[in-house]
Amino acid sequence: MTRNDRLTAILLVLAGVLMIVAVVLVFGVAPDPVNLQSPVERFSQRIFYFHVPTWWVGFLAFIVAAGAGVLYLVTSHERWDVISLSSVEIGVVFTTMGLITGSIWAKPTWNTWWTWDPRLTTAAIGWLMYIGYLMLRGAIDNPQRRARFAAVFAIIAFLSVPLNFMAIRWWRTIHPVVIGSGSADAQGGFSLGPTIRLVFFFSLFAFTVLFFALMALRTRTEWLAREVEHLKQRIIFR
Amino acid sequence: MRYVRKVIAIVAKDVAAELRTREMLSSMFVFSLIVILIFNFAFDLRAENQKTLAPGVLWVAIAFAGMLGLSRSFIMEKDRGSLEGLLLTPVDRSAIYLGKMLGNVLFITVVEIMILPIFMVLFNLPADVLPPLFGVMILGTIGFAGVGTLFSAIAVHTRAREVLLPILLFPVVIPVLLAAVKLTAAILDGVPFAEVRNWFSLLVAFDLIFLALSFILFDYVLEE
Repeated sequence: MTRNDRLTAILLVLAGVLMIVAVVLVFGVAPDPVNLQSPVERFSQRIFYFHVPTWWVGFLAFIVAAGAGVLYLVTSHERWDVISLSSVEIGVVFTTMGLITGSIWAKPTWNTWWTWDPRLTTAAIGWLMYIGYLMLRGAIDNPQRRARFAAVFAIIAFLSVPLNFMAIRWWRTIHPVVIGSGSADAQGGFSLGPTIRLVFFFSLFAFTVLFFALMALRTRTEWLAREVEHLKQRIIFR
Repeated sequence: MRYVRKVIAIVAKDVAAELRTREMLSSMFVFSLIVILIFNFAFDLRAENQKTLAPGVLWVAIAFAGMLGLSRSFIMEKDRGSLEGLLLTPVDRSAIYLGKMLGNVLFITVVEIMILPIFMVLFNLPADVLPPLFGVMILGTIGFAGVGTLFSAIAVHTRAREVLLPILLFPVVIPVLLAAVKLTAAILDGVPFAEVRNWFSLLVAFDLIFLALSFILFDYVLEE
């Protein structure tokens, strides 16, 4: 076991423990929000503790991918390509979960699985963009070129995020904005009491640690896969 | 000045090549016409007020036709081996980007000029909307072709080629299309400019940000 492997193992165990504690806190400790009337709304509100952190992790993953993309273009070091790829893959998984958990919450609260609300629309478009990133990688054989094009695309795709945010502010949205000031038209919004806030930030922290644990694992797998590829080539061309 | 001359030389090369065959302009024009016609009779069956759909129809037609032009833009260079020739010429990579981008903007604009009268006849629009509408079209086209030229150069080096371009490009240019549709709708409905100023700013901001970014990143795309 190398030092890196030990670090990965520690991160994984930590992430697992934190996630379990988060689940206990969410279902055992967090109180019902005071302003939600129906039991269905009160119950489904708890998905908030998972839904928001999954989007946060997706967002974080795409920032990391764009940053790694810039660093790759500057240094041409393979490490940044591995980080960029791993980060986008994790980001796509988490944003997929974000879309699904959002739908599950929307059904009882808005009485529909999906609506073409701007925030939902832009989230779906962002998700599609990173599916495009993975397809782009799949369509290029030359590893250096793949890394370069992926880096360029990751940077451009990430710049859609600020435009995303502008769109939320300008359009009338029914998606609740719990952190910061929200739209008056939002349905299913609620105010954060101190305990809810604590549980929420704990859950956010647990998900963030989970992200880094998955990153450590995924980058390790990617390095091993590249090593195998390299060894294969050596055997073929010996 | 010499830099500008080099950019113009690349645009002139594309224009000369196009004028010999006219295959790109004619196919873009006919395709956008087909899109407008299909939307026209597809919506005619259901929609109460066709005019409310006009901005969307116009921009979908422009985006689809533009996509055709953009995907040809670098496939043409690659298949005839002239991309290597371009790279060997003593010009900056950014000049190649600007030249190809301006060429694409020019071709899409020509197609827009051709379809606009037909569009206005089909949707029964007054002639005085033309000048502001054309301004929005130019801004939208610059944003679309700005990223599109960069992505066209990326897509041409992949296995899927023209199949991949729309998948990469459409999600990224959605802010452009949205802002352009909003502004077009405002022009057709006679809404004062002050009410849609933020969409105008978004369109201009997108154009500037993505032109600058594509200009910088193009170097890495053609780094062979």
